[in-house]
Amino acid sequence: MSLFWTIAVLVVLLGLTWRFLGSYIAAIYQGRVHYLEWIERPLYRALAVDPEAEQTWQRYAGALIVFSGVAILLTYLIQRIQGSLPWNPLHLGAVGPALSWNTAVSFVTNTNWQNYAGESTMSYLTQMVALTVQQFVSAAVGIAVAIALIRGFSRKGSPTIGNFWVDLVRGVLYLLLPIAFFAGLIYVGQGAVQTLAGPVTIHDALTGYTQVILRGPVGFMEAIKELGTNGGGFFNANGSHPFEDPTALTNFLSIFLMLSIPVALTYTFGKMVGGIRQGVAVLMAMAIIFAGWTAFTVYAESRPNPAVAAAHVVPQPQGNTEGKEVRFGVPLTTLYNVVSTQTSTGSVSGANDSFTPMGGFGLMSGMMLGEVTPGGDGSGLYTILLFAIITVFIGGLMIGRTPEYLGKKIQSREVKLAALGVLVMPIVVLVMTGIAVSVHAGRVAPTNSGPHAFSEILYAFTSQTNNNGSAFAGLSGNTPFYNVMGSIAMLLGRFAIIVPVLALAGALAAKSVVPAGLGTFRTDTPLFTGLLIGVILIVGGLTFFPAVSLGPIVEQLSHGRLF
Amino acid sequence: MGAKVEAMQARPAAAPRGVAQARSLFDPEILRQALVGAFGKLDPRVQIRNPVMFVVLIGSIITLVEAAAHSSVFSWSITAWLFLTVIFANFAEAMAEGRGKAQAQTLRRMRADTEARRLDRDGTEVRVPASTLVRGDIVVCEAGDLIPSDGEIVEGIASVDESAITGESAPVIRESGGDRSAVTGGTKVLSDRIVVRITADRGNTFLDRMIALVEGANRQKTPNEIALTILLATLTIIFLPVVVVLQPFGHYAGASVSVVILVALLVCLIPTTIGALLSAIGIAGMDRLVQRNVLAMSGRAVEAAGDVQTLLLDKTGTITLGNRMATAFVPVSGVGEQDLADAAQLASLADETPEGRSIVVLAKERFGIRERDLGAGHEFIPFSATTRMSGLDIDGRRIRKGAAEAVCRWVAEQGGSIPEALSEIVEEISRSGSTPLVVADGARVLGVIELKDVVKEGIRERFDALRSVGIRTVMITGDNPLTAAAIAQEAGVDDYLAEATPERKLDLIRAEQEGGKLVAMTGDGTNDAPALAQADVGVAMNTGTTAAKEAGNMVDLDSNPTKLIDIVEVGKQLLITRGSLTTFSIANDVAKYFAIIPALFVTTYPQLSALNIMKLHNPKTAVLSAVIFNALVIIALIPLALRGVRWRPSSPGAILRRNVFIYGLGGIVIPFAFIKVIDLFLTAIHWY
Amino acid sequence: MLLHIRRSVVLSLIFLVVLGLVYPLAGTGISQLLFTHQAEGSLTPDGSTLIGQAWTGPKWFQGRPDGNVVTDGPHHVVVSGTEQLGPRSKTLEEAVAKEAKRLKEEGIVPTQDLVTYSGSLVDPDITPADAYAQVKSIARARGLPVNEVRHLVATHIHTRQLGFLGQDYVIVLELNEALARLH
Repeated sequence: MSLFWTIAVLVVLLGLTWRFLGSYIAAIYQGRVHYLEWIERPLYRALAVDPEAEQTWQRYAGALIVFSGVAILLTYLIQRIQGSLPWNPLHLGAVGPALSWNTAVSFVTNTNWQNYAGESTMSYLTQMVALTVQQFVSAAVGIAVAIALIRGFSRKGSPTIGNFWVDLVRGVLYLLLPIAFFAGLIYVGQGAVQTLAGPVTIHDALTGYTQVILRGPVGFMEAIKELGTNGGGFFNANGSHPFEDPTALTNFLSIFLMLSIPVALTYTFGKMVGGIRQGVAVLMAMAIIFAGWTAFTVYAESRPNPAVAAAHVVPQPQGNTEGKEVRFGVPLTTLYNVVSTQTSTGSVSGANDSFTPMGGFGLMSGMMLGEVTPGGDGSGLYTILLFAIITVFIGGLMIGRTPEYLGKKIQSREVKLAALGVLVMPIVVLVMTGIAVSVHAGRVAPTNSGPHAFSEILYAFTSQTNNNGSAFAGLSGNTPFYNVMGSIAMLLGRFAIIVPVLALAGALAAKSVVPAGLGTFRTDTPLFTGLLIGVILIVGGLTFFPAVSLGPIVEQLSHGRLF
Repeated sequence: MGAKVEAMQARPAAAPRGVAQARSLFDPEILRQALVGAFGKLDPRVQIRNPVMFVVLIGSIITLVEAAAHSSVFSWSITAWLFLTVIFANFAEAMAEGRGKAQAQTLRRMRADTEARRLDRDGTEVRVPASTLVRGDIVVCEAGDLIPSDGEIVEGIASVDESAITGESAPVIRESGGDRSAVTGGTKVLSDRIVVRITADRGNTFLDRMIALVEGANRQKTPNEIALTILLATLTIIFLPVVVVLQPFGHYAGASVSVVILVALLVCLIPTTIGALLSAIGIAGMDRLVQRNVLAMSGRAVEAAGDVQTLLLDKTGTITLGNRMATAFVPVSGVGEQDLADAAQLASLADETPEGRSIVVLAKERFGIRERDLGAGHEFIPFSATTRMSGLDIDGRRIRKGAAEAVCRWVAEQGGSIPEALSEIVEEISRSGSTPLVVADGARVLGVIELKDVVKEGIRERFDALRSVGIRTVMITGDNPLTAAAIAQEAGVDDYLAEATPERKLDLIRAEQEGGKLVAMTGDGTNDAPALAQADVGVAMNTGTTAAKEAGNMVDLDSNPTKLIDIVEVGKQLLITRGSLTTFSIANDVAKYFAIIPALFVTTYPQLSALNIMKLHNPKTAVLSAVIFNALVIIALIPLALRGVRWRPSSPGAILRRNVFIYGLGGIVIPFAFIKVIDLFLTAIHWY
Repeated sequence: MLLHIRRSVVLSLIFLVVLGLVYPLAGTGISQLLFTHQAEGSLTPDGSTLIGQAWTGPKWFQGRPDGNVVTDGPHHVVVSGTEQLGPRSKTLEEAVAKEAKRLKEEGIVPTQDLVTYSGSLVDPDITPADAYAQVKSIARARGLPVNEVRHLVATHIHTRQLGFLGQDYVIVLELNEALARLH
């Protein structure tokens, strides 16, 4: 019952942000809000950017790639020299090269896969100027790409798709920074730590033990971690750590923040292409799949943990409490983790690895659908629009018209780019997993055995390629093999999709608009939503069915067996 | 009832066809040739053009090697069925081509060398083989001659039998000058003598192009076909790693994975059904147009026809009956209406044109004036282009009816005077959209017959149907705006272009296209050529000028402007068939997974047999059943591919719902049933 | 390209300052001002109400079996979760059985949370049911009336936030500090 109210309130809040945040985002990128002009203007001057001058898709993509490359190098560098920098109370040394590289790629690609325990690896300064910065920037990059694609749809005969520098700056200044700052205060108010004072050592007079409590500038990182669908926590335990996520309220806030921008962007989309219903149709596809997965996973977690049950010592009335925190309870933890895997955030408020086989399947398969329900900031929208193009193509053929989406004819170039964007993820995941299970370095990493070990490897590459970053833990990922393989997966999962998306934006922007008529395949109807859901499920299902049947499905079917 | 029904009714009526001989879908001759062709196409250079089937071919070679190395009934069976899958795909394509080839043969027979009578510069006539004619040569054709090549009449008039090309048995009149001067090589002059200037080079005559077209000789992929091929290639590329990685995955789980089963799985997953039928669908689409006596110069145009949003239709012959009907007799002052009717009827008794008949009928209906047998001593004056009148000389009366000017001139010649009221009446009638025919008796003008345009029966419903699928109809007419509006209103077109001139037509098309719309139009005159060229789908009437035929991208051999609607239908059907079979093909994968995946890993993970929801007998029968289904479904769908998925005008939503239901949901459910049946059969014959 | 690089470097440095320093430092300043206690880690003399401690022996209410928050010396840093045992892990089964056996030996009827690990491995909380399950053994060990201990638990229950978020819980440190004050 409490889950019912949680979801009801969540839906109402998201409905409000969908409407108002959505139109605010449109205003930001259409240049209709100016209150931070006093920061923007000098900034553009420093960059030598004319905010009115737009870029072709090639230049836009070029700027994005170069910027991301510089960001990776900078993030890498800071980790490598953190030992000689201030704000390092634990006197942590340089992070190793492979790990630094993996982490730099991870944060720049909005993945936030962490092959390290934050509190014992990264100095406060690294957490702030390397990691937190990228949590803002990578989210803003994702949103910029989505906006560029929307512009592609909404313009006619335009050679340009916007200015990357302006989109990036405005996304950070007007959207992410104010919301994150406000949310940060709530986190701290609820109990998240926010201090530079270093760890505190407390002697417990009651038990006689001495405890070292690690602290840091956590609360404000937490805010952008969730808002930016990043997921990289200050602590190893991520969102289940009480200093990151101290109460059920902050847990709820996190859920809300993760969903807010990806959901609101569907309104932005509808508004900018001139039909809110277009956005609603896409949102509904996201929402229906999400609801299905949530119901499935919540149910799975309300069942007993098989290993605990096998011990025959306690009844499990609460469902599977293994790896979950008492203050959240099982349903809320499950909801959080579902939201986190389906928004490409990847933070956890309970151990994914300890989910029941079907619960774990729910988390993993949510990502396998391509992170579109609703997906990460920006990336969710632009990826689902690739699916929408394929849907429109097949649907258009089935009614006997050259397919068109929002008045843009979908022809071979568009199909090629959309198909390319869609095929990258499954191929990278499967090939990488295939390599990992074939070589020694890959096979030794899982700490579990049996099909669960396979699930852990499969999960790792699914998560990284989808720029999610959550882990089935249980995988000793900090090895040269996994650091390098993971970084390749993350880079491909990010940029091998962004580039086709921007090319698509360019191709669409240059097209003229076919006026909608009675014969047009309408993309703002439940029928379209249904078809889009079908395409997403079919593509995801057909590509991953064999793989998951060797992981979670076998695990589920292995009644009464432990590994 | 929709366009389709109408078209089907129309076909048998226009009996013996030249090009479009109705052949049954599985004509034994075509079947035999297709079977041969299916093996001929095994050439890898041919196969590589179809990436999906190429993968199947490679797969079957792999299983062949595997079967040779570790011989077993299972691996040989799989190999055989994989080869069959390729053969079936080739067969489908050969079937579609075969129908065209058969038609081409008929046409070739016509081209068989004829002799031409070339007129040289000095006026001498030389007999030369038709194949030596070049553009610019002048030839003479007389009654009984086959016209040696395409050309334009420069002198004379003749009736020509074009049935060889159009299938229409009634001869047509061809004359020099104007819009009916073009003649086609291979047609036969029935009467008179014409002098023709050859306008086509050897090998590039209308007949040559037609043969190439129906054969699909240089068929190029259409834009949508290319886009779909890309999508199918993508799916194939995705499924490649999906299957290949099962080897390491299985190995990691401690299972030995059979290469044969992996190849079987791959072939079952990649969209072989649509991959196999794709080109057949395209060829069959063109073929269906040919059956409707339309020659499309490019597949692109056929596809564009499905997208057309604006149809420009000529009023006359398309929207209204080409023939006007008499609706009123308007006498000049001093003449009784009945007298006028009587004279008009007399003048029309011998006039067998529909207009003439309608005058007779009107007089009878209005005034009970019976048709009568005229005794001896009368003479009919037939209509001629120079006099522009017709009439009857009887008992000293010389009754004439015809165009106002012509009759007035004649009356003046007879020494009569023209009543002042006449010009007013004539004007009035013209303004209302009707045509005035002036009737005179000797030097006396009696009055005017009003001939009115009659809108074709059922045309309104047809336009409504088109509107429901989002196609806007625009009527093109030379009439004044007032008349045009009246007829447009009556016919139910969405818009009209009155007082149309070639320039205004062109402007209209440009304006529509600027708004992003695709425009289709028909035309036959030389002055239509620019508009035909500009339109996305320009259908030239076969009776039209060479210029018009060159400018358009389709030629309607029946010269029936309503054909445009059929063309749109074929275009749509083409896309729908592709889309539906793609959906079906992909939806099939679900059942195949449930057949093969449990079989693949059952030794390592017996618990996966829970996924064997079809309860297939054993892993081997399961895999083979899926492969056999995958191959047979191609054969089963050939008729659908050739005939096309049904289309009738309704809302896109309704069409989509229907097709998703049949080919999407059906595509998921059907294979479960059939794979189970095949498995039962294999079990029954103790194949395993 | 060169222009892209120059702009990228300049913008990265600007972001480094604005987002990496100004944002968290301003946040820290305001937090320290408004929420000093929370920002510093919700500390009590004996620990933090947000970080679980190791309570051993029958005299204290015990938390989740996370256990590894104890350190030997001040500089031995112990990392938070997550525990990494899958749902069909034999290790997990053994750990659960062992923990249940230990609880039983201390006279506690094992409950679900008391034998399963938390997500963070520093879960400071248990459910009221977990606390009530320990009332009898604590009363016996401390020579207190059962009702008094039960009442103590009842008064330290944090009900779910806003009436619907999460679930009711008891902070073990808070409870034990109150328990210590009972004398």
